[in-house]
Formats: sequence, structure tokens, C-alpha cells
Amino acid sequence: MFKILSSINYEPFFLSFKLASLTMTILFLISLPLSWYLSQTKSNIKPFIEAITALPIVLPPSVLGFYILWALSANSPLGAFFENVFGVKLVFSFTGLVVASCFYSLPFMVQPLQGGFESINKNMLEASYLAGKSKLQTIFRVALPNMKPALLSALIVTFAHTIGEFGVVLMVGGSIPGETKVASVAIYEMVEIMDYSTAHIYSIIMLSISFIVLLSVYLFNANYNKRFGFTK
Amino acid sequence: MIKIDIRKKLQGAMGAMNLEVNLDIKDGEFVAISGESGSGKTTLLRILAGLEDSDGLIEVDGEIWQDSHNILTPQKRKIGFVFQDYALFENMNILQNLLYVNEDKALALYLLEMTQLQKLQSRHPNSLSGGQKQRVSICRAMMRKPKLLLLDEPLSALDPFMRTKLQQELLNLHKEFNTTTIMVSHDPSEIYKLATRAIVLQNGNIKVDGRTKEVLLKTQGSQKFSFEGELLELKKVDVIYIAIVAIGQQIVEVALSEKESYGFKVGQNITLSTKAFSPTVH
Repeated sequence: MFKILSSINYEPFFLSFKLASLTMTILFLISLPLSWYLSQTKSNIKPFIEAITALPIVLPPSVLGFYILWALSANSPLGAFFENVFGVKLVFSFTGLVVASCFYSLPFMVQPLQGGFESINKNMLEASYLAGKSKLQTIFRVALPNMKPALLSALIVTFAHTIGEFGVVLMVGGSIPGETKVASVAIYEMVEIMDYSTAHIYSIIMLSISFIVLLSVYLFNANYNKRFGFTK
Repeated sequence: MIKIDIRKKLQGAMGAMNLEVNLDIKDGEFVAISGESGSGKTTLLRILAGLEDSDGLIEVDGEIWQDSHNILTPQKRKIGFVFQDYALFENMNILQNLLYVNEDKALALYLLEMTQLQKLQSRHPNSLSGGQKQRVSICRAMMRKPKLLLLDEPLSALDPFMRTKLQQELLNLHKEFNTTTIMVSHDPSEIYKLATRAIVLQNGNIKVDGRTKEVLLKTQGSQKFSFEGELLELKKVDVIYIAIVAIGQQIVEVALSEKESYGFKVGQNITLSTKAFSPTVH
């Protein structure tokens, strides 16, 4: 058993974790102002922004993958810009995967954060402004600390969802070992070449990680709600 | 000295309404504002705090908070605001709630001592009672060393005993700091105890503005006492009529002659007063 386990190539997992960590960090920085804006605005364009942000939930990954592939390719302005200015090829590269994942996982970061911000008592935010504190100070010292379950959900679910993505990754990144061959793609390949024992081990690792991650989120939230007397 | 001359269009429950308030408030004055719900009381406080926009002028001690060119943000106005629902920072303990506003620890401890909260300073808001929370909220507002303290029905969610206690504490704080204060309240005894000036808003306009006693005391001329109440029932008993009237929490029976009872309808608001020992209802 040990022999089998030690003979397995774990590189796809490291790649998956690297991709998920980067995506989570970048998305957090992008989504924080976006979700704050959505939670506070009464503007007419809010539903349009919300609909666009939610698109990745309902679109087939192949559609999203196709558009991203098209947008990142050297023939498109964006792809050309990256290649000319930074010398980075976005298609079939790790950088391209990060960009694609950021699109794909955006709603999983924005929606819980927006919900969290909306759940904060408006008077509490106003009390902070009246205390002379800026919006930024209010977000970091009052809003975020009072919505820890939403914050945790946003970070963890984005992370887990990025690890679990398959279609977009395959279309944009292909399956280059050490570059774009993440765990989910590796499992697909193992099944294709009928290496079922490796596929089993990869799959059980993915299953366990996903379960443990989700369980810890729910345990934390249950404990938090109990401590602060929320019945939700 | 605070000069207020503001206008704002509001969408109330009764349709569109113009809030138009022109007021001069002296330093250290304690002003109570009352009026029906939807008359613009809370909006007026929020406009003063900079939480809502409006047209017009707000000048505090010679400093322009708002005119046609400039509007100061809530951050830049020296305002203490006490919300009806306390709005404490749940993630901070009591002392941290105060120090968040202003790092003057001596002032924080002094305020907590004045309101008998010093033993609770390391507790979190969710473990406090409503009265304790509101006291913390008042202390937090005072931490700003405000030029204007705004209280939006601060005690209406509390039981009568706690109300009386907090009224005394508000009075103590006002004596100590002499902060110009505007309080929205519906409780006449609270207004009488705390305020020196009473204003009644109606449909966005000032209907009454005067010294508390003059506004609140309803007796006129030779009347010995006078109560306002609601006529609950009017029934004929033999040759006289009996009126059942609700005054505050009390139900009162009044005997009337047929002539006196003429023209009254059940549900009507009436004034019950007496001259010497002969009660009259009019």
C-alpha cells in the first residue's frame, strides 16, 4: 500500500493548490471593493453587474472556456498585450489558468461577501463613519470582523471550487505536466489511459480534501452562531 | 450656536412631503423633537449628521457643515449619534467600542464610571442587557467630544424603570459636558425631565417651538388640571351619560349631562379638564 502511495506523482495536487491559493488571493482583492459596492449601492446598474458576476455559475464551462481561450490567445488584443508587454503567453500556461480561474470562481467570492456586507446593520457602519472613520477603516475594522462566517465561506468555497474546476482548465490550459496538469485533469487522463488505481487514489484524495474543507466551514459557522446567539 | 435652515423632498407614507426646518439652537441647549411617525424627525437628525443629503445651510459654532457649495462628510462633523437599536460594534468589547472612536482612555474610563459600566468594560455587547447597551452607546457618542449630540428615540426600547434611570444619566452627562443636544422622543415626562425646549414637527414643518413647560402643560386659564385622552365609550345611564375615557394607561369614567354629551363620537381625542370641583369635558 505504502509502495503504491509513494510511487504516485503528487505534482498535479501541488499545482491545484498553487492555482487555488493564487486565485483565492487575487479574487479576494478584486471582490472586496466590488461586493462592498454591490451591497451599498442603490444604482440601476446593480442588477446588470450582479447578473454578469453570476454568469459563471450557469454557463457551461466549455462556453466560458471557449471565450477565455479566444480572449487570451495571441490573436486577441488582451493576449497580444500580455505577450508584447510582459512576454507572457496566456494560453496553455499557468498564468492563463490563473486568469481563467479568476473568471470562473468570481461569483463564489463575490456573492458570500456581498451577502455578508448586506447582513451588517447599516447603523453600525454609520456609527463608524460618525466616529470619524473612513470607509476602508470601517470595512476592515467593523464590517469584516462582524461577518466572519461569510468571509470564511467566500475564501474556502472559492478555494475548493478552483480545485474542483475541470472544463475551463482543460480548454484554456490543456494538460502540460508541471504547468497546467492539475489534479482534476490528471484524474481524467488516468481514466482515459485506464490506470484505474491511480485514478482511485487521486479521486479519494480529492473527495477527502473537499469533505474536510466543507465540514470545517460548517463546524466553524455552527460554533460562531452558537457563540453569538444567532439562530440562522 | 447652531443654525439650521434645510429643505428636502421626502417620500413618506402619505405621499410626497417637504421637510423644511429653520432653527437656531443655543449652546448647551437640550432640544426635544416630537411628532407623528413620518413627520421627518429621524430624517432631520440624519441630515444634521451628514448621513442624508439636503439643500440649505447647517452652521455649527461658525463652522459651515453644509451650504450650497460644500457638504461635510459625517466623518468631518463632530457629531455624537445614539441610535434606537444601539448599533454597537459587536466584534469589540465595551472599552474597545469607546476607544475605537477616540483613543483617550482616561475619558473612556471616566464615562464608564459615570454610567456605572466600568465592571463590564471587557464584556462584549451581545452579553449586555438593552439598558446597558444603550448606556455604552451614549458613552461611545460622548467619546467624540461632540459639538452636537443627536439622540434618536434612545430610550423607547427600554422598560419604564430602565428609562427613568437612563434619563437621570443623560441629565448628569448633560450637566457635566453641557453638550448641545437634540433628542427625538414621544414621552412627555422624558421631554419634561430632560429638555429645555420642545419642538413638534408635523408633515416636515415645525408646528410648535417653545419652552418645554409651555408646550407640554395643557392647562389653560382657570383650569385646575387637564388631560388628553381617547373616548372609548359613551353610554346612557338613567338620565345622565357616562363617558369612558382612556388617559395614558388609565381608564376613567366621567358623568355628563345629555347636553354635554352631545356631538361626541367614540374614538375621538378629547381633553378632560376641571375648574374647581366641577368637571367639564370639551
